[in-house]
Amino acid sequence: MKFLSKGQNVFLTGTMILIALVFQYFHLSILADAFLWVSTFLAGSPIFKKAFRFVFLKVISIELLVTIAVIGAFFIGEFLEAAAVSFLFLLGSYLEARTLEKTRSSLKLLLDQAPLEARIIKNGEQQMIAAENVNLKDILLIQSGEKIPADGKVIEGDAFVNEAAITGEPLPVRKTADDKVFSGAILDNGYLKIEAEKVGEDTTFSKILQLVEEAQDTKAKSQRFIEKFAVYYTPAIILLSILVFIFTKDIRLSLTFLVISCPGALVISAPVSIVAGIGNGAKQGILIKGGEMTEKAAKLNVIAFDKTGTLTMGKPQVVAIQAIGLSQNELVEVTAKLESLSEHPLGRAIVADAEKKGILLDEDLKDFRVHKGMGVSATIHHANWIVGNRELLKVNQVEISKETEQYIQNEENKGRTAVMAACGQELKGIISISDQVRPEAAETVKQLIANGKKVIMLTGDNERTASFVANEIGIDEYYASLLPEQKVQKLKELQSKGFKVGMVGDGINDTPAIATADVGIAMGGAGTDAAMETADIVLMSDRMEKLPYSLNLARATTRNMKQNLFFACLVVALLLVGVLIKWVYLASGMMLHELSVLIVILNAIRLLKYNDHYRKGVQS
Amino acid sequence: MKTITFQVDGLTCPSCAQHIEKVMTGQKGVQETKVLYNAQKVKISFDETVGNSSEYEEILNKLGYDVKSQKIA
Repeated sequence: MKFLSKGQNVFLTGTMILIALVFQYFHLSILADAFLWVSTFLAGSPIFKKAFRFVFLKVISIELLVTIAVIGAFFIGEFLEAAAVSFLFLLGSYLEARTLEKTRSSLKLLLDQAPLEARIIKNGEQQMIAAENVNLKDILLIQSGEKIPADGKVIEGDAFVNEAAITGEPLPVRKTADDKVFSGAILDNGYLKIEAEKVGEDTTFSKILQLVEEAQDTKAKSQRFIEKFAVYYTPAIILLSILVFIFTKDIRLSLTFLVISCPGALVISAPVSIVAGIGNGAKQGILIKGGEMTEKAAKLNVIAFDKTGTLTMGKPQVVAIQAIGLSQNELVEVTAKLESLSEHPLGRAIVADAEKKGILLDEDLKDFRVHKGMGVSATIHHANWIVGNRELLKVNQVEISKETEQYIQNEENKGRTAVMAACGQELKGIISISDQVRPEAAETVKQLIANGKKVIMLTGDNERTASFVANEIGIDEYYASLLPEQKVQKLKELQSKGFKVGMVGDGINDTPAIATADVGIAMGGAGTDAAMETADIVLMSDRMEKLPYSLNLARATTRNMKQNLFFACLVVALLLVGVLIKWVYLASGMMLHELSVLIVILNAIRLLKYNDHYRKGVQS
Repeated sequence: MKTITFQVDGLTCPSCAQHIEKVMTGQKGVQETKVLYNAQKVKISFDETVGNSSEYEEILNKLGYDVKSQKIA
């Protein structure tokens, strides 16, 4: 029925049924029947059409069963029932589609944020092109109010950029030369010239979209069980309907079974909750990868934090230099040379310090090696240099004098990390690096503990630094001097004791631990592909307070899913009993069925508005 | 082995998603069908030497789902 929209059809056929009822009241049964026939035909034809399409491909659809029920009712002269069943089915599917749209609205909102055009600068001229046609290394100009069309690096300009679509962060961030910008972010004011580094499907924004899309359709455990149940339920009820017809010849009863044979509320009960929950998260810059992860996250009782870059800012800075037998600048120069080849955040701090001091780092080092969890080594002008922690010195039999040992301990007691440099077996100096604790870390940990979680800290850093940081944040249990594989070991230990462990890290240095945990959580995921791929929950921004929120959201989603499942099972049971004791007939069966589907969807929609600030307010 | 993603219109009920999965998986060359109901996408992994993506599109159309766009990877 292409000349009527679904909405118009529902309205028209509903009205016709009402008119027919009026005629019936006045005993004008011929007129009443005529209206009912037309109504059945109008409401029924899209259903028949769909049923026919699927039969053609050997699939028994709910539409086919409804069609049989409607035709059956028609033949036994139950015109009102036939019209009502068709109308209610159509109305139900219309309302279902409308309300389900709402549960998906967050995804649509996200999709709408996609950049469409780009202003490219080529041979000194500006040109508008479609965002999908931007290539790597293209130079793009973005002005106030425009969307950034690709991930890239700022080469010129100064602007405030709203990255809410990516990080969920509502406040604009200032961007100047060398800063990274993300596709999908909106330039608030100012202008930027950027060089495209990631385009099309590779941008962080596209990856978020893909992840959310996949996640929303990744099934939860309970959902898989329900789907299995539904697979058997429908044929069983059809069989029952046939048996009832053969043995009792009660056509009405047998047709009613067909109407209730699709456990609609049950089939969508879990998916709608998950879609709404994941959608809510996505809006806040929290990506939860699917239903199963939501269920697992709701059950976590231990949260393990990595220290560097997670509990701390991850931007370590050189705060003190102690050179032994050479100038401070010489010490910085040598260590920076070695560290310039390492990816370690501590190393980068030293390199940054050298740059700040204007020390040039020429590349005259050989045999560079990384000693995982210990440091680096290389040869410079035939001298063997090592830069790293105490462990590395021990392996290389470097002696530490009593005074120096005292100095190192003092530094560590202040929560600083001492990076030692030695030439051969001679200690040449100590560079102290400090990484500030995130201001919101203590509050976040307090909240997690208040929510009944056990919080621990795992770090590769030494005991004294670890103890200082743990103390400052309020974490009682911490494990220091761990190599990456020891972190994994620690998590496995906890798991074998029956704990459900969530591991929080930056997703770069702690990938094995994140992969081992029941739920791996990466912070500051925007821009780091590895983190987005490995972690089960990705916090796009590096705002820690999103962590308790995401765990609470997972709990709320799981609770919502359970409510829906319970309600849907109840409806299935009630409908069955109702039909058997003849309380429920064709039209009322259809109505209860459609009503239960709507209630399940509406319950899930509540999750879209879930916000735990309200809860927090109540608690405190 | 290739994967084609159809962006479709009119996927309004979750049970339709199951039907599409069933029908498409039964087609020539199809290894796996995944219907992303919420994203309104049908992802089909298929052996391009056996199956043909334009046939899949036709079947989706026949089932009453208009294909808005498609992407092969």
